[in-house]
Amino acid sequence: MAMARCVTSMRDGTGWIAGQGRLTSWRQAGRRLTAGLVGIVCLPVGLLLTSCATSAPPPTAVALAPHLGHPVTSDTLAGLGAQIYPDGHGLPAGSGLAVDGAVLYGQYCASCHGREGQGATAPELIGGDGPLSAAEADKTLKTYWPYATTLFDTLARGMPPANPAALSDDQRYALCAFLLARNGLWPADRPLDGASLSAVQMPNRHGFIDLSARGNPQP
Amino acid sequence: MSEFLDRRAFLQAGLRWSLVMPALPGLAAEGAPAPQSTGFSNYGQPAPSERHVIRLIGSNPRMPGNGVSWTPLEALEGILTPSGLHFERHHNGIPEIDPQHFALLIHGMVQQPLRFDLTDLLRYPRQSRALFLECGGNSNAGWHAEPMQKPVGAFHGLVSCSEWTGVPLRLLLAEAGIDPRARWVIATGADTAATEVSLPLAKLQDDALLALYQNGERLRLENGYPLRLILPGWEGVRQIKWLTRLEVTDRPAMSRNETAQYTQLLPDGRARQFDFVMGPKSLITSPSHGQRLPGAGLYEVSGLAWSGHGAVAAVDVSQDGGRHWVPARLEAPVLDRCFTRFRAAWQWDGTPAVLQSRVRDQLGNLQPGRAALIAERGRNGYFHYNAVVSWAVDGDGAVRHVYA
Ligand code: HEC
Repeated sequence: MAMARCVTSMRDGTGWIAGQGRLTSWRQAGRRLTAGLVGIVCLPVGLLLTSCATSAPPPTAVALAPHLGHPVTSDTLAGLGAQIYPDGHGLPAGSGLAVDGAVLYGQYCASCHGREGQGATAPELIGGDGPLSAAEADKTLKTYWPYATTLFDTLARGMPPANPAALSDDQRYALCAFLLARNGLWPADRPLDGASLSAVQMPNRHGFIDLSARGNPQP
Repeated sequence: MSEFLDRRAFLQAGLRWSLVMPALPGLAAEGAPAPQSTGFSNYGQPAPSERHVIRLIGSNPRMPGNGVSWTPLEALEGILTPSGLHFERHHNGIPEIDPQHFALLIHGMVQQPLRFDLTDLLRYPRQSRALFLECGGNSNAGWHAEPMQKPVGAFHGLVSCSEWTGVPLRLLLAEAGIDPRARWVIATGADTAATEVSLPLAKLQDDALLALYQNGERLRLENGYPLRLILPGWEGVRQIKWLTRLEVTDRPAMSRNETAQYTQLLPDGRARQFDFVMGPKSLITSPSHGQRLPGAGLYEVSGLAWSGHGAVAAVDVSQDGGRHWVPARLEAPVLDRCFTRFRAAWQWDGTPAVLQSRVRDQLGNLQPGRAALIAERGRNGYFHYNAVVSWAVDGDGAVRHVYA
């Protein structure tokens, strides 16, 4: 039975919200709810019993949405390039040496970051002295960055700015090897790859106070 | 004696003041040429004589797509920033995206990875909210040892306020089905630097908006057309423009803009990280640095106040560098995490004064004085400067930035 339905908005304009306790509305609200029910059915029996015993329908109202998202295949996702994480997850295959990185640096980076990486129109990449508690603290790759994986990620996304795609992954590893070696954080003669990059201990690894919980909405 | 007047006094005084106002332009000036008329226009522009009201640009000489442009706060009134004057901070230019080929992907720790085309997104329920948006690096010249001598916009203008309209993100997250172990979302833009940030899932499930419209029209290119993330009250860099990808995950990516940049180094050598919420802040836009009061008399002191924690509760103003404070009038509407305009009537006797404002938000957070902020944070924090701003009014009426 097709039926036009008028749904009152229960919260201030944040979507069309169906009133709770109206199971018909929920069903009509689409497959998200179905998925939720399947989830409950799949719970271990013990849990299911407790949840049946203690919980009526969820206390919050269910937002109505047209559910227009198109399923994406894992092939499509694989083609996108993985997100890089500090544990090395997402770093591509390949490796590079500091000597090669030195040449690439001169070719692609020195014009903005300075011949010796001392900084010019772009930030300093080589050097940085003194403790971070100094009055004129020097915040650099060497003194400040907590993770070396961030360096590879920065290059892969946006350096050199005019054409980040110009460099291969091997070349990016070579540049990372060069910059880390010049900062005394990597032996100049050893090839650098994803596993070794994520294992580099940056001096300021534990220098950050994580405030991420503060901005969150109250539970 | 200089003094702030209460509202009734202002109205009476205003009457006196209006008597000395120059004649209205409509009745004007003999000998002035008759105005030219022009026809209709498809998209209106500011009056020719107002075209000096612009965003100043500070960009990298070797990389023009890297830099900022400031909202000229001193030239604007009310609480909404015209879209063309909304501040910009780009890390690698403005991509011109073909909306036909634009899609948002939600993947990672979800039951079903989903793609949303723009035509899909335009069919979802929408919400409109007027919200301030501030760069984490706004006002950073405040850390300098000497007070910077620039107009308020070129100093504090990496903040703007718009009405944003879009789709509550939690609808799409629910549609994809979030893995209960997920805690973070990595949001990525379609700019040349593929700018990415890590965001706590809880915020995205709470009040995040996928903005499609700004001040009633579709987003401007430089504000993320066709889609940007809006996170009420949070640092601008988190509100990814040209948003194209959301990866649901259990940990942060530790990207450059949440480690090397947009973290605040403290005097003890440690740094504040993931400091998302912009603190309470206010400033007087009129009179402000670079302006000149033509003489003793009655002036309206007016400015803006906001807080990333909630609505503005009160703004006080001072004429003696913070020794005495009186409440300013808050002009309606006073909205959650939005600019609030405050006003106070000020009788100036022509002797030197130091004007200040300070805000308290609905959670009781008070805007700090500069000395207190520096005592707590040191001078190397660079981001999140929100101290009280001081304008000295000299005996000749010149207004300049001072530390007081
Ligand atoms: C056209 C000028 C230019 C070129 C060429 C260039 N960069 Fe950059 N780079 C910049 C600018 C400008 C920034 C600061 C970006 C910002 O503000 O977001 C930057 C930032 C960086 C950073 C982050 C620094 C920090 O402390 O946050 C790294 C690392 C980096 N570049 C590495 C490189 C490497 C390696 C190359 C060569 C492959 C390169 N860059 C080429 C202009 C350039």
